[in-house]
Amino acid sequence: MAFHYKDNPAPKTEVLDDGTIVTRTCAWSPPGCHAVGCGIKLFVKDGELVKVEGDPDHQLTQGRLCPRCLALKEAVYHPDRILYPMKRAREDRGKDKWERISWDEATDLIVSETERIREQYGSEAICVYMGTGREAVRYGFTLSSKVLRTPNNCYAQSGWSCMGPRQTAMTMMLGSAYIELDYNGGSLEVWNDPNWKRPDYVFCLGKEPLESNPDGLWGHALIELMKQGSKLIMVDPRLCWLATRADQVLQIIPGTDAALCLAILHVLIDEDLVDHEFVDKWCYGYDELCERVKEYTPEFAAQECGIEADAIRECARKLGYDGGQHHWSLLMGVAVDQNPNGCQVTQCLIAMAAITGNLDVPGGTVVGVQMQFEMTGATDFMSEELKNKCIGWDVYPIVKVLLNTTHPDITLEALETGRPYELKMAWLDSTNLLSPTCSAQPKRWHDALMKMEFTVAKDMFMNPTIMALADVVLPLATWAEHDGIVMTNQGCQMGIAGAINKALQVGECKSDLEMLIHFGNAFYEKAYGEEYPFKTVEEYLVDDLNKMGHSWEELSEKVVASNDIGGYHKHERGLIRPDGQPGFQTTTGRVELWSTGYDSLGDDPLPYYFPPKLLSEERPDLAKEYPLVMTTGRRYFASFHSEHRQIPSLRDLTPEPYLEIHPETAAELGIKDGDEVTIENPWGTAHERAHLTPIMRKDVVSAAHGWWYPEEDGEEPHLFGVWKSNVNSLVPHRVLGKMGFGAPYKQLPVKVYKTPVEECVL
Amino acid sequence: MSNIGLLFNYEWCSGCQSCEIACRNEHGWPLGTWGIKVEDLGPMEMEGGVMEFDHVPIPTSFCDLCEDRVAAGNVPSCALHCLSNIIEWGPVEELAKRLPELGPKTTIFLPKNNL
Repeated sequence: MAFHYKDNPAPKTEVLDDGTIVTRTCAWSPPGCHAVGCGIKLFVKDGELVKVEGDPDHQLTQGRLCPRCLALKEAVYHPDRILYPMKRAREDRGKDKWERISWDEATDLIVSETERIREQYGSEAICVYMGTGREAVRYGFTLSSKVLRTPNNCYAQSGWSCMGPRQTAMTMMLGSAYIELDYNGGSLEVWNDPNWKRPDYVFCLGKEPLESNPDGLWGHALIELMKQGSKLIMVDPRLCWLATRADQVLQIIPGTDAALCLAILHVLIDEDLVDHEFVDKWCYGYDELCERVKEYTPEFAAQECGIEADAIRECARKLGYDGGQHHWSLLMGVAVDQNPNGCQVTQCLIAMAAITGNLDVPGGTVVGVQMQFEMTGATDFMSEELKNKCIGWDVYPIVKVLLNTTHPDITLEALETGRPYELKMAWLDSTNLLSPTCSAQPKRWHDALMKMEFTVAKDMFMNPTIMALADVVLPLATWAEHDGIVMTNQGCQMGIAGAINKALQVGECKSDLEMLIHFGNAFYEKAYGEEYPFKTVEEYLVDDLNKMGHSWEELSEKVVASNDIGGYHKHERGLIRPDGQPGFQTTTGRVELWSTGYDSLGDDPLPYYFPPKLLSEERPDLAKEYPLVMTTGRRYFASFHSEHRQIPSLRDLTPEPYLEIHPETAAELGIKDGDEVTIENPWGTAHERAHLTPIMRKDVVSAAHGWWYPEEDGEEPHLFGVWKSNVNSLVPHRVLGKMGFGAPYKQLPVKVYKTPVEECVL
Repeated sequence: MSNIGLLFNYEWCSGCQSCEIACRNEHGWPLGTWGIKVEDLGPMEMEGGVMEFDHVPIPTSFCDLCEDRVAAGNVPSCALHCLSNIIEWGPVEELAKRLPELGPKTTIFLPKNNL
């Protein structure tokens, strides 16, 4: 893994004539995004941020910025921002009775309450809850395991439906931390490198990369590939703007992706569009896969997916092996995970890439290396007894094998029932889980977490989750206010390694990393009588970069490097396996089309399809009353999940939650554009504003997620209006795939009606 | 002196609206004032099932082509920040030569306050 720097990078800081200091840095939420690390110039005069600009010297983003970073100043100096630690009596939860306290008092309170709970109930009574994508994910595992010394770290999304299913197949079939679109991210010249060959096709399933910058991919790299002639095949129930630029669109019924992918495999094998050399040399279980996909004809899939069989054949032929002349690259998104069949969808996608000779070749799909920091494996130092108390490992062993977290659905059940033991303390580490972002059935989570004896939260703004549940809240710094590191897909994929360079201080805010080190020292000194290995952020970052064979000082000075992760064909050169042998990090050392890992965890070793668990084929009873299929979670440029609703420039771009519905469907229901509508199913209701658009299938509606209303009453029971548009209340608890991953967030049976005047809430 | 214009290859405008905020930041204008605005064409279904759906950035009469920035040797703020990198600026004669290179859905605007 080599870092590459520009020969003469612009200086880290520059002082203008009027005394303004311009600092080059790379961004990571909060506020904002996944770990994309876009290049920024921060203009600070007399300690105050006066302007934010894109950094043209950043080799990947080249000065380009999205509205969220351009509006940073509005977030930094927002009047509602939390600037100091605050506490509140437990009986005042839900009331705006926060009292400012010092960091010393907050620290003493947190350490003493944690140790009281540990003493009384055991370390396992403590649980850290993490959100998605923010910088907290880099440090939250260390916080739970090494600082709080609990085995319990929970990502509260039912079925671990962000990464769980994809990670399962990537780990089990390849031994890779992540696979990604090839945009030549490891080169300083990126897509302009004359020695690189762009993908001929990009197969994009369950992802809209432009608005989501998913998992650290800078989404607009795709536009650069398309300008150069890469053709896009888009699989999406919505014909979004990007799809109008595609070569082919497969507008399938949500949740039927596995049928489509199995049928593509069927055609590839049936028409022998297969790279047999790669299969013979590097794959395991090809014959069994051939046998399996026989039954999944394009005609079968067409019926399930609601598209034409010939369109599936046409697609497969574009992706087929043609002697290595052409290559295609895979983009798969969170829609794969938000599906109980998701572990099988990913299995198919990796098989498609493998048997057509498109794994880890230029213009193909880049196979990522293992993560270079302690995001997983952080509990290794714990006793087996304590570690195995992690909630849900006994029910779904896959979480133990893959993620070292609790199982989210089993965590909710444990909170509710006190079995296998009672959880007593929550640390809400950058998660707004009552807003419709991750958890299914947020009201159940609300009631369950209210039982905690002590709850700590950290964030930039007061939000419904903190207002309802927390006893202490800690003020979180933005990325402009601290030092840190941001790497494309946590450094396991080609892309950038960026320095987050501190340019200003606001209030008494601390970053995730500062708080890790702060509480590390506090707990080690006051509770454990030991010495925490790091005294300062700088010590930590020096150590972090040294472990990768690089220097924090150099990265911070030069601001951004390109990280090549070892280039292409890594399996041929022993760069995937920790033992340095050629091949993949699997039991057989090959790409496991027949998965020994799935087999050992009790699932079918080969991919299979089942119809969406809640839709008409499986639940005709529900379909009668709830005839439409709702998908949720589409992204906007103006927000990152539940963030940004209080930022004026951004709220102006997307002022309300919109339910996208086809005009003909709306007409049948008597719904006009702009009407407030109620979305309802047996599990819950949500109110959104109807947006009539022909981009939807007539049988599918798309609901906005993440909504709460910071301008409204924050106290219980209103909680900033968090229950008004709470689409996650329509997602049932624990409707999962066999291994315990994948929940039906994007395939819910609903009915939609114009909200009667007396029930309007928007 | 030539007229300086702005070119938009809106075939690739993804509608992020960064140009709107970047412009406002640069000029210190309040919310509700635009130097450039992204307007939508469609989505609308046309003959043969074609879905026409474009985002089209349009400078307003407030656009001064970032006179101060340009004088200091920088590019206009909208052009710098555009996520799809579809904005070019320069003498309209030069921009006109770019049209056939960039292909359909390319426009040139001559802002009211052109330099």
